[in-house]
Amino acid sequence: MPIKNYCFILITSLLTTNLFAQDSTDVMSSLEKETTKDETVYTNATFKTTRVVSGHSTENTAPGVLDFRINHRFGQLNTGIYNWFGLDEATMRMGFDYGISENFMVGIGHSTFQKSYDAFVKIRLLRQSTGKKNMPITLSYVPVIAINTLRPDPPTLPKPDFADRVSFTNQLIIGRKFSESSSLQLMPTYIRRDTISFPYTKRNAFAIGIAGRQKISRRVSVNAEYYYQLPDTKSPEATNVLSLGVDIETGGHVFQLHFTNSRGMIEKSFIAETSGRWDDGDILFGFNISRVFHIKKTKDHW
Amino acid sequence: MKKVFFCLLVVLITNVNAYAQKYFTKNGYISFFSKAKLENIKADHNQVLSTLDIGTGDMQFSLLIKGFHFPKATMEEHFNEDYMESDKYPKATFKGKITNLAQIDFTKDGTYNATVSGDLTMHGVTKKNFSTSGTITIKDGKISANSKFNVLLKDHNIKIPKVMASNIAETIEITVTCSYPNKT
Repeated sequence: MPIKNYCFILITSLLTTNLFAQDSTDVMSSLEKETTKDETVYTNATFKTTRVVSGHSTENTAPGVLDFRINHRFGQLNTGIYNWFGLDEATMRMGFDYGISENFMVGIGHSTFQKSYDAFVKIRLLRQSTGKKNMPITLSYVPVIAINTLRPDPPTLPKPDFADRVSFTNQLIIGRKFSESSSLQLMPTYIRRDTISFPYTKRNAFAIGIAGRQKISRRVSVNAEYYYQLPDTKSPEATNVLSLGVDIETGGHVFQLHFTNSRGMIEKSFIAETSGRWDDGDILFGFNISRVFHIKKTKDHW
Repeated sequence: MKKVFFCLLVVLITNVNAYAQKYFTKNGYISFFSKAKLENIKADHNQVLSTLDIGTGDMQFSLLIKGFHFPKATMEEHFNEDYMESDKYPKATFKGKITNLAQIDFTKDGTYNATVSGDLTMHGVTKKNFSTSGTITIKDGKISANSKFNVLLKDHNIKIPKVMASNIAETIEITVTCSYPNKT
């Protein structure tokens, strides 16, 4: 009997000490596990800015932030030394983007190219996240309206109707940040063209874009963007746009430097109205500058 | 005979129990403050995990870098992307011990000075034997801990580019306020 008792005590004491020998590290790791299950961590900075090169990325301007953007394209490199390899020429789009909420931003702009006005909204429908809510991709919808306001040339030609000047672009962006430094996105796009900007055959155009980002250091990344136009709806005069660029971040500014074969900086222009060819040397150097202003401070702070 | 053993057992269990009093919180508060020539930056974190073992003096903290919130959205983005690299190093932790445990009476209301020493890890770099002081307050049996200390960015290999030197301080002041309502 006593031996049994001893055994019993020994076992119980072993068990109890074991039970309470759980140290702070164990407590902490179980707390950490709990919180990763309970919280949703959203993926940030899939791209550095709201644009890859000319087209939209999955990023939204943060709520309360006004982003003043200047996009600039010089002339074609193959115009030679007389044209200073394109630097004598320039087209520009100046615009303002504003983040209304976490998943909703708006923007307006004016381009010297075709004297166009444009406006867009970007709605983030799904956002890549891990934790409580696990979502592998970010999905955004970007409708763009653009108005070509060029006067008839020569002026004796009949003035086009307003309806002939207006074009619409509907774009979905499906993006994923695969690792800390690599992101990819696909952009199926439908364009309802205007009738005066480009020698079209059809008013409807379909394209699918692919774009990627690779970080090469904390502040520098390499970007690429390509849009493939479906042959059925592509104008015979048009080529597909390919742009390669570098993003450089310096505190409040982001500089995007790139080479592209497109002059236009509005969706319908660079996707469906590009006529330059990379293999002919119709390459343009360009840059985007973004400067953000905080209009509103973020909620629940100070 | 049986009774004696039973008593022994009870003593044993309660003894072990008494030395295993671990408190924890999931809502600790940590803020940091950077005072530089051009701007002052403050960020708050309200979901700090912390444990305190009043038997051994073990004290631990853990937080997700992305949980720091800033008054400006771009500050938060730069903090995560450029400085803390929070995708690569998602957590900051402290694992240490109260070194003057004997001077703190957890059963009696009051405010006690406490010295804590241990390993502070952030941005993937651990600073061993990091020591700081603060206070432990007992009120109506409830424990809370407060501390204010400085962290040098260069100790954790966090680099500030020269152009940002007037915007971000080299030394960051950290404030910790945790109460421990839960017991394991």
